[in-house]
Amino acid sequence: MIDFLYGPLITAGLAAGLALVIVVLDAIVNNYGDVKIDINEGQRSYTVRGGANLLGTMAAEGVFVPSACGGRGSCGACKVRVLSDVGPHLPTELPYLSAEEVTQNVRLACQIKLKKDIAIELAEELFSVKKFQSTVSSIKTITHDIKEAVFRLDNPGEIEFMAGQYVQLVVPPYGTFKESVQRAYSMSSKPGDRQAVELLIRLVPGGIATTWVHQFLKEGDRVELVGPFGEFHVRDTTAAMVCVAGGSGMAPFKSMFYDILQNSSYPEKEIWYFFGARSGRDMFYLDELRQLETLLPRFHFVPALSEPSSDDKWTGETGLITDVLERFLKERIGTAKGLEGYLCGSPGMINACTTVMTRNGINLEKIYYDKFA
Amino acid sequence: MSSAINPVILFFASIFTSNILLSNFLGTCSFISISKDWKSSFGLGMAVTFVLTITAAISWLVLTYVVIPLDIEYLSFIIFIIVVAAVVQILEMIIDRASPALYMSLGIFLPLITVNCAILGAILFMQIRQYNFIQTVFFATGSGIGWWLAILLLAAIRERIEKNPVPAGLKGAGITMITIGFMAMAFIGFSGMIAVQ
Repeated sequence: MIDFLYGPLITAGLAAGLALVIVVLDAIVNNYGDVKIDINEGQRSYTVRGGANLLGTMAAEGVFVPSACGGRGSCGACKVRVLSDVGPHLPTELPYLSAEEVTQNVRLACQIKLKKDIAIELAEELFSVKKFQSTVSSIKTITHDIKEAVFRLDNPGEIEFMAGQYVQLVVPPYGTFKESVQRAYSMSSKPGDRQAVELLIRLVPGGIATTWVHQFLKEGDRVELVGPFGEFHVRDTTAAMVCVAGGSGMAPFKSMFYDILQNSSYPEKEIWYFFGARSGRDMFYLDELRQLETLLPRFHFVPALSEPSSDDKWTGETGLITDVLERFLKERIGTAKGLEGYLCGSPGMINACTTVMTRNGINLEKIYYDKFA
Repeated sequence: MSSAINPVILFFASIFTSNILLSNFLGTCSFISISKDWKSSFGLGMAVTFVLTITAAISWLVLTYVVIPLDIEYLSFIIFIIVVAAVVQILEMIIDRASPALYMSLGIFLPLITVNCAILGAILFMQIRQYNFIQTVFFATGSGIGWWLAILLLAAIRERIEKNPVPAGLKGAGITMITIGFMAMAFIGFSGMIAVQ
């Protein structure tokens, strides 16, 4: 009568047997014992368990190499120079490395499996990257899909950063997601306010981190942040800044402009800020930025809507932000004084703006952005 | 109906006259996606040949000594899938530890192969055609080499196509599908010389 169970049971038994073989082999073959990580030729060294990747192992030791994707090999941010031999570059690394980086043996920390002792070189400032325990002190709805969240820092209680840098928000496991992930967000708070970090987070449909922030995060929740990271900051030159942002790309610019206002730094700098949105319901901080225009004499704010609805009563620029940018570059700004491009937004927007900027006389090396993949 | 075909003939037939890719269209997804450059194609082809030979041999043993005696042939599909997945996992671990150089050229493709239908296809042919052990090994190795040959040919053709103007709508997968069609027709020219049963 139980004959029908016979086949499935044997199949299950076979699968269990093979799984057992894999587990046993994993314990024997994948056991690399303890390995030593040497950073900057003896400056620091750690003895850790081998077998896992370099990025995660170092993070467990408190050394945080920037990574926007959290180790999936899709952002190319976690570059480190490896001084010892760890084998040739993997095909998963090569798309993110220049020819020069390849010859210097620059690697992606998330793709290197620790099998033996390793010596690496790290930028000094990465040691100042810390993991912060924080408490959510407020969450405000800014537009229909953007929230402004403020995290009060508990331990360590202060953060030192440059306006434009980003932090990684540690999203704990929730709902059906069983693993903690990290996502990068630019800080919109001023460097002067060291006790708190403000982030602008736009809901991405299906996004693990953004869904968590929009639907689960409450005031009073404890959250971990890692940072600061990034090379996106105001350059100390006399060239005019041409800034372009869309959506939550507002964040680093808010930090930069208020920092400039507060410290009266870079008095020479002329600033053009282009902010693109689809319709009135996607536009925000209009009053604040208009007020900033009166406070900073060389600051020009150009908001643009690509599809204004009739309810918006929009009197500003209309059209795609790239078209508005091109028109201003050609007719209003002029390239005589030297220009620098600052971009924050989706990879598509960054690529499109880079094309427009290079076409209008802004040198590719003078266009700055942090690309989060 | 035990097949009496000579293993050596079977070996060459599975490379040329009944190429698993170009006459049975098995394993086409990785065939199209990886054939952009010659070097990756070479590694993938080698990995397919390697895994196909080993998994087919192990599957034959499982079929002959477990599945048939216990009369659970109706579950053989699932059992083959489990065997292929487990063997690929085990191979990947061992290669990673034993030979980093081999892992670089072949190991990174192994996870791709777990879901390659050429592997399962060849194993099912082995079952349906009731090959003995020697025939299975020759057939599987031949099929793997046939797949390897096909992807190398395609990679070489695609590298040439890259340098030539292709109508915008046909770029990428489109022209590749057409190319594969021509290649399949060329290989069909060989069929009829030997009928693999």
